[in-house]
Amino acid sequence: MARRARKLVSTVLFLGVVVAGGAWFVTKPERWPAAHWDGFGAPDLSHGEQVFWAGGCTSCHAAPGAEGDAKLVLSGGLPLKSPFGTFHVPNISPDDTAGIGRWTLAQFGDAMTRGVGPDGEHLYPSFPYGSYARLTPTHVNDLYGYIKTLPKSPNVAPPHDLPFPYDIRASLGGWKLLFYSDKPRVPVDPANAKLVRGQYLVEGPGHCGECHTPRNALGGFRTDLWLAGAPNPDGEGQIPNITPGSKAIGAWSEADIATYLETGFTPDFDSAGGSMAEVVQNIAKLPAADRDAIAAYLKAVPAR
Amino acid sequence: MKLRTLFLAAALAGLAAGAVTAAEPQEVREGLMKKIGGSMGALSAIAKGQKPYDAEVVKASLTAISTSIKAFPDQFPAGSEANSEASPKIWENKADFDAKAASLGADADTLLAQLPADPAGVGAALGKLGPHCGDCHQVYRVKK
Repeated sequence: MARRARKLVSTVLFLGVVVAGGAWFVTKPERWPAAHWDGFGAPDLSHGEQVFWAGGCTSCHAAPGAEGDAKLVLSGGLPLKSPFGTFHVPNISPDDTAGIGRWTLAQFGDAMTRGVGPDGEHLYPSFPYGSYARLTPTHVNDLYGYIKTLPKSPNVAPPHDLPFPYDIRASLGGWKLLFYSDKPRVPVDPANAKLVRGQYLVEGPGHCGECHTPRNALGGFRTDLWLAGAPNPDGEGQIPNITPGSKAIGAWSEADIATYLETGFTPDFDSAGGSMAEVVQNIAKLPAADRDAIAAYLKAVPAR
Repeated sequence: MKLRTLFLAAALAGLAAGAVTAAEPQEVREGLMKKIGGSMGALSAIAKGQKPYDAEVVKASLTAISTSIKAFPDQFPAGSEANSEASPKIWENKADFDAKAASLGADADTLLAQLPADPAGVGAALGKLGPHCGDCHQVYRVKK
């Protein structure tokens, strides 16, 4: 009953947003000015690979169940269930027709950081551009270069399966107006380089908040509960609170957190499960200093 | 909810009959996993130099991992889905689940046959054993 009521509220609210979407001038897809992507030159491919693992691209874009090198084939196809319908993850391999082989850096960068597709359309925030918005243009350029080196796949994923009104892309302009932000989620000491790096990784490419932060009825973050835990978006169970106030990890030291992100083992040798197991595989590929920075940031966010 | 009531009723009936009721499979399998976790912890302490190398501890830990994981797949009878972190996929793909358990068992046995002789060896052993945990949990465990 409560769920139905919530759904009704969501639908009504969403319709409101659609009306707001009629105000096209405030909600039209907003690319960066073309010059934003000019002049980066040859990408640093090995750094691009690090951005790639920090961003967890394979977790959604590799074929479901792919292991080893097969993970580098970004063929898409994974269905992502959500309260708004089922999203089908697209092919982002460098294939010319099925993938993003013909995208320019500007098209790629606008998708990553502004949620604007190659034809100027709004993208659904199931693709976490609300986090990737924090990527610097140089890092986007490196990532773009790296993805171009990966194998091509001809796979074409089915279109998203979304009921009315969520199938109206224009309404996403309203969603962005309400919830899109490339500003810091929480303040950290700008003089502390380790914290700043941790913040960048967690709030940006790592997109940790996408699962660990609860959302309101419209799918926007409840910003006062940053990283405070949330229902599992793709099934049963609860994604844990990872702030210092967490019952699960509040007592962990920074070293405990860094070890967990490298090995998947908690201090008492329980081990990561579900989609976090895959996150650990990705984060384990980053330099140790990055895991330390993430741990330092997680200790610095407000306890919830 | 109904299932829990049934379990409760069954447990109470068992008690009333004065029979010794065996632990529920959920408890048994959690116990086995904890045993493996504890053994990994003991090995890790040696690998990190927090504890001195002790061949007996290494052997006991590897043995505990081997025997626990081999008993593990038998603890999932039909109807034991409730009240646990076990994913329904275990019952859908039991053969794959069993194979994953067997492969950890085989790796533990290989290490037992040629016992790691120093902390670095124990570290390398952990590198072999550890990935099994995440590999299986990713698919078959639901965090609650």
